[in-house]
Amino acid sequence: MISLAHFIVLGTILFCISVAGIFINRKNVIVLLMAIELMLLAVNMNFVAFSRYLGDPAGQVFVFFILTVAAAESAIGLAILVVLFRNRATINVAEIDSMKG
Amino acid sequence: MITPKLILIVIALAPLFGAIVAGLFGRQVGRAGAHSVTIAGVAVSFLLSCYALYQQSTGGWGVFNENLYTWFEIGPLSAHVGFLVDRLTAVMMVVVTSVSLLVHIYTIGYMHEDPGYQRFFSYISLFTFAMLMLVMSNNFMQLFFGWEAVGLVSYLLIGFWFKRPTAIFANMKAFLVNRVGDFGFLLGIAAVLFWFGSLDYAVVFKSAEATLAGKTLEVLAGHQWEAATVIGVLLFIGAMGKSAQVPLHVWLPDSMEGPTPISALIHAATMVTAGIFMVARMSPLYELSETALSFVMIVGATTALFTGLIGIVQNDVKRVVAYSTLSQLGYMTVALGVSAYSAAIFHLMTHAFFKALLFLGAGSVIMAMHHEQDMRYMGGLKKYMPVTLITGWIGTLALTGFPGFSGFFSKDAIIEAVHASHRAGSGYAYFCVLIGVFVTALYSFRLIYMTYHGEERFVVEHKDHAHHAAHADDHADDHGHHAPGHLEHAPHESPWVVTLPLILLAIPSVIIGWLTIGPMLFGDYFAGAIVVKEGGPLAELAHEWHGPWAMLLHGLMAPPFWLALAGFAVATYVYLFNRSVADRAATMFAPLYRLLQNKYGIDDLYLAVFARGGLKLGRGLWRGGDVAVIDEGIVNGSAALVRGIAARVRRVQSGYLYHYAFAMIMGLIVLLAGLWLAR
Amino acid sequence: MTQQILFYAFAAVLVASALAVITLKNSVHAALSLVLTFFTAAGIWILMEAEFLGLALIVVYVGAVMVLFLFVVMMLDIKPESMREGFIRFLPVGVIVAVVMLVEMLSLIGLKSLQALPLPENPAIAAGGNTAWLGKALFTQFLLPFEIAALILTVALIAAVTLTLRKRSGVRTQKPSQQVLVQRDERLRVVKMASEGPKNGDAA
Repeated sequence: MISLAHFIVLGTILFCISVAGIFINRKNVIVLLMAIELMLLAVNMNFVAFSRYLGDPAGQVFVFFILTVAAAESAIGLAILVVLFRNRATINVAEIDSMKG
Repeated sequence: MITPKLILIVIALAPLFGAIVAGLFGRQVGRAGAHSVTIAGVAVSFLLSCYALYQQSTGGWGVFNENLYTWFEIGPLSAHVGFLVDRLTAVMMVVVTSVSLLVHIYTIGYMHEDPGYQRFFSYISLFTFAMLMLVMSNNFMQLFFGWEAVGLVSYLLIGFWFKRPTAIFANMKAFLVNRVGDFGFLLGIAAVLFWFGSLDYAVVFKSAEATLAGKTLEVLAGHQWEAATVIGVLLFIGAMGKSAQVPLHVWLPDSMEGPTPISALIHAATMVTAGIFMVARMSPLYELSETALSFVMIVGATTALFTGLIGIVQNDVKRVVAYSTLSQLGYMTVALGVSAYSAAIFHLMTHAFFKALLFLGAGSVIMAMHHEQDMRYMGGLKKYMPVTLITGWIGTLALTGFPGFSGFFSKDAIIEAVHASHRAGSGYAYFCVLIGVFVTALYSFRLIYMTYHGEERFVVEHKDHAHHAAHADDHADDHGHHAPGHLEHAPHESPWVVTLPLILLAIPSVIIGWLTIGPMLFGDYFAGAIVVKEGGPLAELAHEWHGPWAMLLHGLMAPPFWLALAGFAVATYVYLFNRSVADRAATMFAPLYRLLQNKYGIDDLYLAVFARGGLKLGRGLWRGGDVAVIDEGIVNGSAALVRGIAARVRRVQSGYLYHYAFAMIMGLIVLLAGLWLAR
Repeated sequence: MTQQILFYAFAAVLVASALAVITLKNSVHAALSLVLTFFTAAGIWILMEAEFLGLALIVVYVGAVMVLFLFVVMMLDIKPESMREGFIRFLPVGVIVAVVMLVEMLSLIGLKSLQALPLPENPAIAAGGNTAWLGKALFTQFLLPFEIAALILTVALIAAVTLTLRKRSGVRTQKPSQQVLVQRDERLRVVKMASEGPKNGDAA
């Protein structure tokens, strides 16, 4: 029988993989964005699992909203990326430090 | 409806009205308008004061004590504007307004070349108003108002010629020295409020004995002081400032930087008499403390003798008169100290007339000499200005206490009262006032001889008077323009506006003593206004009182007269016949001479200790406190601190995305670890 | 039993593809792995009887977002080598951080207690299916957030367009607004001239 723990552990593993991804792909903005998408997926997994376990639709509605916002985020993020590349001819994060204090 | 209240209000406000018109609308009303309105104001005030005095003397009014206006009430404390008019007040009002009126008239002549004509009239009227508020007050609050207002206007008047650095120095000095006294005065008023809970004279005086009995205050650790002594000494410190008693006398000679009319007004009728009047008014309080009265007496005696000695070596005609004022104020203070309050007020009154006379006479001489004040360049003026000469002699005789003149009665009464007193220190006081008589005669006749008699020590450059009109305008501000002792044209008698006040002042200087000594000193004229314990010295003297003639005869045989005569003789010999004696004496007693020239070094001491010390302290606080601590430390320091911290912290803001991500993830790990540990 | 087998199979694919996303050298391959990850996650959600969200994930992410990713990756000329700087250097750190976080999270969750919590009967079945169940909640209780989400999407759309829009010089384009505003006199000039009719006798 599949229990709640299965899904939660799966979400946790997914989250930790994406954290590791942020660490090791520190130069590539596109992979960073993908890691963030993975993180959101892990969170969504938890939401769906708890919604199913508690029999409450709110969790799934929330996932729906997260999908919406994530879509908007990646659209804008990629747009920024395109503009950045157009202006600096690179997407290397190490070369982007104009926000330095 | 003409009530006493209305009359008193008019008395007080008429000079204020004149001051406002002349001061604020001086340009509109013009010179004549300014002096007309102020003189009219003071004249109204004077006439009504005479009427008030008449009513008081005949008992027509009784004691007037009423609050006119409530300024504020805070809990049990209430501050009123009110008048207390009894015989003491009425005498003071007449003295103040009469001298002030004559000074106003005199000013027309003295200041007619001055560009600040209207301003001057405004000031002296305001001065009269302030002094009237002071003497007519029925509570300590208003007394303090008048006190400070007098101080303020004196500051303005001493520094009237504000382009002269010496005048600015003098008015600053007067103001600062008065501050010292006022500090004590304010503490005294605070002490009254502390113990009585009221500032009203009537309340305080009525309950004085009962309230203060047995009350003590620990001023210095381990020394219990009687409440009455504390109040008395503190209030007298205020009087020392205003009435220029040693050691707060230093401002008064310097205040000669002001125009001469104001010297007359300050030194004769107003300001300096405020302290004397105040102590007399507070007699119910002072009578409770022997210690305070002894203190008053010793300070007064010291002032009477030692300031007189300085007067001998002064060469500035006005300064001699100024030191004589100090000395005479010392006499009044001694009288207060021996509980002879009425003698002090009596001397205050006679002195007001003859000292005003002397000052205005000196002013007249100064005008004739074209604002030359040094007596060494005068002499032989008797043939040029007869009226000034005669009135000057009358004033001098009154000052030295020549039998029959007003000064004789008042001064002799004081000396006799000191003699009769058994208070601690009265022996010293008696010695001081006796020697003081000799000193007074010496410097007074020295002044007369050096000014009016002997050979002319000035040079007249132009004998013709044609230039006079052309040069009239620029005299006021460029005196000292010529070499000392060189006059453009011969001295001449002053105009009638100057000589008339001299004559009018000379009359009371002669006769006022005859008329008033009986009731004022030995009658019960001041009964109710001045309280003296049983067995005061005046009560003892009253037994021997057989009228002014008897006093005159007795005076001819008393030591003061012979001392005065000795002073006269010495002055006559030295300054009229054999001036070389004076120079030889000066070289023979060079250290003493220098000591007197330096005014015992008190001025220098104050300048070095308080003025320079204050300056150094201020500079130190500026450099150390303001610049170093506040500017560099707190203001710039906090800015530098923020900048320093920010310069280090900004490195954290690397701008690299992965640094921020790393920080976030590390934060998450720490948060999870915290939760895990707290599980 | 079938469910369990399916779950473990899907989970294995999910973890593997997620690892591929973060480790693959080529960004295009990484994006394709992400597609696979999303697809597998959708399978797991459907396994949890959250059918609507599973399908929405496929439609929205696989169909739209990931296509956008691929499009951008391919459009930008990125040298894969430069993007791999520090990959080996930070690999141990990344692994350690991930493992520490995993241990912390799992111990916080308390695996043992969750193991005893089987999924209950699905309330969506009584409500006429997952989509109806979700739809009812979405359009009643969460109507306002739903509208706001729509607004956010619109704003994001406009923002993305505005960010990437640029005007190039020297490009000829139509300007419809100006075309519409054209007046007759600007384009047409009527001239009077002698008619060019056939001359008499010419035709003959």
